[in-house]
This record gives sequence, C-alpha cells and structure tokens, in this order.
Amino acid sequence: MNTALSWIKAYVPDLDVTAQEYTDAMTLSGTKVEGYECLDKNLEKIVVGQIKEIRRHPDADKLIICQVDIGTETIQIVTGAPNVKEGDKVPVVLDGGKVAGGHDGGPLPEDGIRIKSGKLRGVDSQGMMCSIEELGSSRDMYPLAPESGIYILPEDTEVGRDAVEVLGLHDVVFEYEVTSNRVDCYSVLGIAREAAATFRKPFVPPVITESGNSEDIHDYLKVTVENQELCPRYCARMVKNIKLAPSPEWMQRRLAASGIRPINNIVDITNYIMEEYGQPMHAFDYDLLAGHEIIVKCAGDGDQFQTLDGQVRKLDHTVLMINDGEKEVGIAGIMGGENSKITDHVKSMVFECACFDGTNIRLSAKKVGLRTDASGKYEKGLDPNTALEAVNRACQLIEELGAGEVVGGIIDICAGLKEPRRIPFHADRINKLLGTDISKETMLSYFGPLEIGYDEENNQVIVPTWRQDLEREADIAEEVARFFGYDKIPTTLPAGESTTGKLSYKLRIEEKARQVAEFSGFSQAMTYSFESPRVFDKLLIPEDSMLRRTVVISNPLGEDFSVMRTLPLNGMLTSLSTNYNRRNKDVRLYEMANIYLPKSLPLTELPDERMQFVLGMYGDGDFFTMKGVVEEFFESVGMNGRVHYDPKGSHPYLHPGRKADIVYNNVTVGYLGEVHPDVADNYKIGEKAYVAVVDMPAMTEFTTFGRKYTGLAKFPAVTRDLSMVVPKSVLAGQIEDMIIQRSGKILEDCRLFDIYEGSQIKEGFKSMAYSITFRAQDHTLEEKEITGVMNKILNGLQSMGIELRA
Amino acid sequence: MKEQLEKIKSKALARMEAAQALETLNDIRVAYLGKKGELTTVLKSMKDVAPEDRPKVGQMVNEVRALIESKLEETKTALARKARGEQMEKEVIDVTLPAKREKMGHSHPNAIALAEVERIFVGMGYEVVEGPEVEYDKYNFEKLNIPKGHPARDEQDTFYINENILLRSQTSPVQVRTMENRRPPIRIIAPGRVFRSDAVDATHSPSFHQIEGLVIDKHITFADLKGTLAEFARELFGPETKVKFRPHHFPFTEPSAEVDVSCFKCGGKGCRFCKGSGWIEILGCGMVHPRVLEMCGIDPDEYSGFAFGVGLERIALLKYEIDDMRLLYENDTRFLKQF
Repeated sequence: MNTALSWIKAYVPDLDVTAQEYTDAMTLSGTKVEGYECLDKNLEKIVVGQIKEIRRHPDADKLIICQVDIGTETIQIVTGAPNVKEGDKVPVVLDGGKVAGGHDGGPLPEDGIRIKSGKLRGVDSQGMMCSIEELGSSRDMYPLAPESGIYILPEDTEVGRDAVEVLGLHDVVFEYEVTSNRVDCYSVLGIAREAAATFRKPFVPPVITESGNSEDIHDYLKVTVENQELCPRYCARMVKNIKLAPSPEWMQRRLAASGIRPINNIVDITNYIMEEYGQPMHAFDYDLLAGHEIIVKCAGDGDQFQTLDGQVRKLDHTVLMINDGEKEVGIAGIMGGENSKITDHVKSMVFECACFDGTNIRLSAKKVGLRTDASGKYEKGLDPNTALEAVNRACQLIEELGAGEVVGGIIDICAGLKEPRRIPFHADRINKLLGTDISKETMLSYFGPLEIGYDEENNQVIVPTWRQDLEREADIAEEVARFFGYDKIPTTLPAGESTTGKLSYKLRIEEKARQVAEFSGFSQAMTYSFESPRVFDKLLIPEDSMLRRTVVISNPLGEDFSVMRTLPLNGMLTSLSTNYNRRNKDVRLYEMANIYLPKSLPLTELPDERMQFVLGMYGDGDFFTMKGVVEEFFESVGMNGRVHYDPKGSHPYLHPGRKADIVYNNVTVGYLGEVHPDVADNYKIGEKAYVAVVDMPAMTEFTTFGRKYTGLAKFPAVTRDLSMVVPKSVLAGQIEDMIIQRSGKILEDCRLFDIYEGSQIKEGFKSMAYSITFRAQDHTLEEKEITGVMNKILNGLQSMGIELRA
Repeated sequence: MKEQLEKIKSKALARMEAAQALETLNDIRVAYLGKKGELTTVLKSMKDVAPEDRPKVGQMVNEVRALIESKLEETKTALARKARGEQMEKEVIDVTLPAKREKMGHSHPNAIALAEVERIFVGMGYEVVEGPEVEYDKYNFEKLNIPKGHPARDEQDTFYINENILLRSQTSPVQVRTMENRRPPIRIIAPGRVFRSDAVDATHSPSFHQIEGLVIDKHITFADLKGTLAEFARELFGPETKVKFRPHHFPFTEPSAEVDVSCFKCGGKGCRFCKGSGWIEILGCGMVHPRVLEMCGIDPDEYSGFAFGVGLERIALLKYEIDDMRLLYENDTRFLKQF
C-alpha cells in the first residue's frame, strides 16, 4: 500500500519527522515501510515565474525568448515549448538549480539534471521553464498538465514562491507492507492512527458532518438482503443531479500517489473512501436499476455475468450477487456489472457501502477468476461498523465537491453490530511472557492512542471493533511489546532443564553416506521431488509398473512438476546430462533424495517417504567403482558382512548385462548398474554412465555405530594361490561363496588377483586366479588342516565345472 | 713384538684413512681382525711369548684392536654420512611441481549452510528432527491456527494432493508433530524440504528448504527468543553481527517478529548487497501462539515457548554470495566444486 505523507499528516497534523525517521520508527512499531520516494528529490531552485513578454528567436523558428518575472527580478529564458503565452505562471528552475528528469518523461537520472545559464542559438537563457515530467512527476499525478509542454500554474499563484511547494511536491510517498491480520491498516486512517501512536502525537480523524436533503432515500430505493450471513451489513445512500467533473487537485494527487488513476469526482470519491477507510464502495446508476430495487442473494448455478471490465464470468450458487428487480448487477464485493455502471450520462446514483463475508469473497474471487482492490480488502474481513461512517463520509465529500445532491436518509440493513471485545489484562503475565518489567501504567499509556480502552473495575482492556486481530492476552502482549520497543526487550537465553543436542539416528547414517560419497569424489546434488509423468517413458518403465503409481499434485506449476518421484533417477540423470552438455569431464554426483510411494490410490494416508542414497557418474570409473563406494559406505555404518550382487533384478533403465541388486542379509537394499544406452540417449548423455541407489530405510536395520576390537593375529597366516579355468557362466561371486562356505572359520581372505579372457583360453571359459589366506586365532595352522580345507575347495571347484591350471 | 704391533696399527690406520667406500672398511676389518687377520695372527702367536710377558703383550694387542675397531666405526659413520649426503643431493626435487590430490567430492552449499546451523543449535542442546514432506492439511495449517478459509493460506500458494493432503509449505508442521508426541522441555530444530507454487527464477524455486526451531518449557520468554537468535546470528555471520527484531504477523506465533541481521558485507553501513539499508532480513519468529499450544495438548498457562523459521537457501545465497537460486538445483560440477 502506497500513501503520501501529506495524507497521513492530514490526520496527524503535528507529525514532523524526516522520511528516514518515519520509516525506522513505523517499521519498529509494526507498520513496515518497504521504501519511500521523496517527490522533491533533485528539485532545486525552482520558483513560480510569470511570463511578461514573448519574442521570436531571431535564428530559430522553433524557439521563443521569454522575459520571466521571478519575484526578485526578471530573467530571460529561451524555450522550445509550444504551449506558453504571455501572463502564464510557470515553474522556473534558476541557474544552478536542478530538475528531476527530461521533458520526454523517460527514466529519471539518479542525480537529476543540473541547469545552468547559457546561450541557445546565440541568445542568453538564464534558466528553464519546467514540464511536469521535468519535475519528476507525471500526468497521472497532475492530469491538468499538458501532454507536452510547460506546466501552467493557476492564475492566482504568487510569483516568486517555491514552485515545488505550490505543486505539493515537498511530499514523500511511503510504501507499506501491511500484515494480513491488520485489516485496519489497509487504510490511510489506520496507518495514521499507528503513526500518531508511534510518535505520540494527537490523532485527528475527519469530522463527518450530516449530509443530505430533506427527501428520504426509502422513497427512491428498496434494499433486501436475502443472505445476511454473507452480507452482515448493507448501507446505501443516494445522490441525484450529479455533476460529473474532475475531482479537485488535492484529491487527485492523493489518489495518484496511492497508485490510483483519477477519473472523475464520483469514481474518485469511492476510491478515496476505499483508501481513507479501507472500505470498498460501489456506485450504481440509479436509472439502470430495474424496479429501483437492490436484492443481495447468491447466484444460480451456471449463471453468466458480464463485469464492468467487459469480461463474462461464470457463477455458481456460492457466489453472492447484487441484483436489481430483474437481474444481476454486480458480483458482491468484487466488481460491478457492465449493465449498471456509471457512465458520463449518469443523473442519479446509489452508493453501496457494505460488509461481506471475507471467506466467501475470497473463494468467489478465486472462482470467477477476478481479484480486485475491493475483494482484496473484503477477504481480510472488514468491520461492519465502518460501513456507515464511510458512506456518510462519501456523501459529505459529494457535497463538499459539489458533485451532486445527496438524498436524505440512509438504508442500513445490519445483522448486528460488532461489540468491542474485552480481554483480561494482567501486566505481570505480559511481563512474564515478554521477559520484561514494564509497569501497568506504562502499558496502559500505549493503549490510549490505539483507542484500546481499559475497564479498571473488571481489569479488562476493551478492544475497538476494527482491531479484529486482538483476541487474547498474547495479542495484548504484542501491543505492549511493539510500543515498548522490540529493541528494548532484554536478550537472555532459556533457563531451565537442559536438553541433549543431537542428530537422529537416521540423519547420522545419512551423514556417513555423504562423507563416504564425498571421500570417493562424488559431489552433492539436489534436485526437485516432483517431475513430469513422461519421465517414466524416458526411463523405459513399463506401462503397468508400480512405479507409475504416483502421488499427483492437483494444482501443479505445470506438467513438468506434477507427480512426486517414485524413483530418484530422473534428477540424477538430468544433472549428469546438464554436466555432459556443458562439457564437464569425469563427473561424479550423489544425492540424498526422497521418493514418495503411495500406500493406496487415491491417496487417503501419507505416502511412504523413502530416503534414497543415489550415486551417478560418467567418465573416469566404472561399475566396480560404484560397487566400491557402496561397500565403503556399508562398512562405515558397521555393515561388515558380505554384500551380494544379484544380476537378475528388473531394472529396465539399466544395461541388462551390467546391473545388479545389492543384497545384504538376504534383503535387497538397493541396485546399481550402467545406465541403459537407450536411457542415456534419452537424457543425451554421450558416455557410459553409472548409477547406484541405496534404499536407506531397507538397510538401516543392519547398521550400527557399535565397534568391537578383535585381537591382532598372533599366529602366522598361510596363503595358497589357485589358478583356474572357469566356465563363463560361473560368476566370481559364486566361486567366492563356495570358498567362504567350505573354508569355515580359518579363512581370512579370498582375493581375485587375475582374470583373463582371450586367445590362450578355450572358448566359453575364462582364466581366474585367487589368493586364499588362512589363519587361526589360537594356533599355528598345521599342513593337514590346510590340505583338508583346500581339498574341499578343489572338490567344490570341480563340481562347478572349473579346472585348475597347471 | 711391540714393533710388529705398531706396524700393524699404523698400516691399518693409514688404510682406513684412505678408505672411500664402506666395502673397503669391511676388507680392512677382515684383514686385521678377521680369523686370519694380522692381529688375530699375532694373538695366536701368544703361545710363543714368555709367560711373564703375556699379560703385557695381551694388553698391547687389545689396545691396538680397540683402536682399530673404534677407528673402523668412526670411519664407517663418516662414510655413511657422506654417502647419504651425496644421495640426498641427487634426490633434490622441484617442490613447485603440481600436487597429487585425491579427487574429493564437494558438499552442496545448502548442506554446508545446514551443517553450520545444525552445529550451532546442537551445541545449544537442540535435537535435529524431521517430518514428512507430503503432509496432512491439519498439520501444515489447521493446528497452526490457519483454519480452512484463512487468508494466510493464499499467501503461501500451496501444492495440494487432495483436500486433506498437501506438499508442506513450511517446516512448521514438525512443531505440531513434536508437541503432540513429546512433553516439554522441547528444544528441536527441524530442517527440510518445503514446496510453494512459485515459478522458477533467480530468486524463487517451487521447492526449497527451511529450518524450523521450537523451544517449549516453563518460563520461556520473548527475551529468550531474542537472546537465542542473536547468539545464532553471531555464530553464523560473525561476532560483530547485530540483530534487529521487527514486529510482524504469523498466525501461529504471538507476538511475532521478523529478524534482520546487520549486513555482514558492509557491517551495517549500507551497500549494494543489503540494498543500502545496512540490514538483511533472514528469518521469522515469535512466541508460540497459545491456541497452537492448546491444539497440541500443551497448557499455555503452564508452558510457553518460541518458534522460528529460517530459509536455508536464503542463508546459502547470502553467505556464499550466490546470485541465482537456479544454480542450486542444476548441479553443475563447476559450481559445486567451489564449496
């Protein structure tokens, strides 16, 4: 919300502060000033001058030479402006002064434009006459300014005066950020009240005088409210013999500073009231209201209605409408209808000043797809008590501006006024909550300017109806805090029983995963949790796969962000692709990524959120690099058992011959493999890429941070090497399983140290060599123990179709 | 006999003097002290010496032997030192040649910032807890004093799954879950992913992270909130950091505040970084609203507490001077390697 300081000062006349002081103090008392603009920035040495004589420039057709009286002297100014004549009073910037901008109204230079005496086509010019754009303003603020040319001041302006003051440009426009609970501060009066309380100056709201002729509005108009729940109050007054004209400059300027374009006196008054009181109003053309009647009721399902912006809106039975005797004429609280809008031909009109249910307006605005200044105000929940005052204020302005003849009387249909709320007041409890020691008297002194009353007998504070945010003691504590000053509240640390700071077990395991990944050269990625359903096609996921059963966002930002991921590969592959296409080499990334698996569809309970430890890479490294990282991680969280790799699992996004499930203690805890070449193509990754995914919840049960020392070996180890020719179909893991199983406790290590396939080996076979180490904890192994175990192993090899090499 | 010994001695010494290599020394040892060495031979010929002279001769032989041995040792040490010296001279390297480094990965800037925040609060006795990202409406809104139809719901542009389930728009639901499941004293922080319907640009992302903080106990005051966050800001941004509390509004706290920290770039003088104000807004906070306590089964007459919420990306962007939020989710390794 933007408001000129001059408007605030109209209600707080003693306010005398700089823009920065105002900003700081208001922000600290809770009315946040987002910024401000000094309208007289870069305006220096600008006075009112009167053109005494105009001559043609001897050497330039488009220039004229003016003799300008500036009060103290007469100076000569050469100008190219087409619109001035002798006798005009104009703003004149003198030699050495400054203007804010150029005459074209383009962006204003930061430091303005310095004006100096000089010669124009050989003729002395001792200053410049200014257009409104050069004064840093616009025709929105000053509609009387000519489209291009010098701003002409009123005839009665005193020559020699400060022209910036005459134009009301010694003003500051503040931009406020009003919080949603402070409905009352979406108004100039509300902010002025806060300013008065903040600076401890008297608050002088407008005095509303009686308006209206001796007639009675009831003889002209009938109003019925059928749905009082959605319309707690409906006030109407009438104006006839309307004289449409521009509103006075002061009103135009205040509206323009608030960002509202002045239109004519009637429209401007409704807008003025909306700014001043925060109370929206609407004006209907009386002669267009069939039956001279207003009925407030909900629309019918499927109704269509053309709002005054020309758009046709679809309605249903929840949308509250204003009707005349025959038809709908406005969407309550949102926008009037094309069929009843004020035109230049208006003779009589009805002012509507109502209070509608905030929630209903909010939902209706969403439904009809139209959010207006009015609906924005209503949806926060207005005080019905304000409506009457506001409509009377509007009529007062009609009379003051001579915009028409106000009909006497008022139609006021009210479901009941709000009673001021009473809240028990305990200064000690407020101090206890704030950690302060503020006296009761001091607290009460903050309440007066806010018009919060105090009932000493019952020890209660009495809250004005416009402060709907004050409901209980904590709210009163905030009022105390903000006028005592948040900055003056002491700083302490919580006392009381101490607590243990720690990470949850789950987070500790994840921390280990991150450490191992980073030690292994993988950098941490973060990707979005939602993605496009088309991702499943890119990943070659079959149509009937469970992975396609997703948690779907009902109002996504677009299809690309519409389903919650059920597997974490798209983010990783997209990131690898980004890197690949930016020519980054040897990329290794990891992510701790949640997936979201619905327990049932449609969703009735929260999905299973499973943290996935995802590794991805291309460039230096291969399948076994990934395996290494997985095993390092497992070991780091106490999983020292044997990890099995099962190549049979179904992972359509992986190379069918280069993939495996990761199995620990017979539980599948993840998978890894080379990305399927088709998938790599889909993601435009032009190298072999590898991924590994560990399902953290599945493995957590096997993890431990417990460690136990086993004595260092005291007895010697014995090593046997076995060189063998193995059928290709036999996997290293199978050989190792067999060796482990047959060796029993004395096996210390079993390591593959050579593998070869090629010309020296017969077709369908590969050469493998293992180094097997035996050791006993409690004695030196005897030859026959070793021979016994080796024989078992050799038998095992034989049964697998493996031959020993000589 | 004596002359013979003298001769052996001088000859041996001369040979050692001339020795250039350790092997030569060994030859000398064998030549004089070995089984068939000259001195050994003299010793063997002791039987020819008159018995009364034997002690004297024996002593002489031993003296010569000791002398040769010590000289041998001395020479050996000198030769070894010389040899090592020569070797080291050959081994001189160019220490400015490039380092050999293990290729370590890098943490995401968000994660680094989060670790910082966690370190600070864990040190103050806070437990780090988590909650679901797909959340019930009642936890994300209703129990936080944001009933259906409340205007604050519009401010947050929430993604909905259905009427009752949504993507959490804040980490505050973890407050509710914690209060429902634990008895005070409670001191937790709850970091996590949150979602809001903001289109992607340099300063917005539909998915980002918050860190929620919650303290519930007897006698917790607004002053405690101020002290805690001031401590946090100094730890995070440096000991000179000042904090400013401004009144604000959140439905689930009362009184509420927004917190600015003095610009750590210019120290509060005003610069481009803080848009000239000298202050940077970093978080929202307040005393837990008594109605929220009630809804979570905690008696507001007995207990009070404070809560705060920090945007993790905001801290990461500020601390590491990252000018575009999109960089955080692209995962370009040239970006990640800088952290």
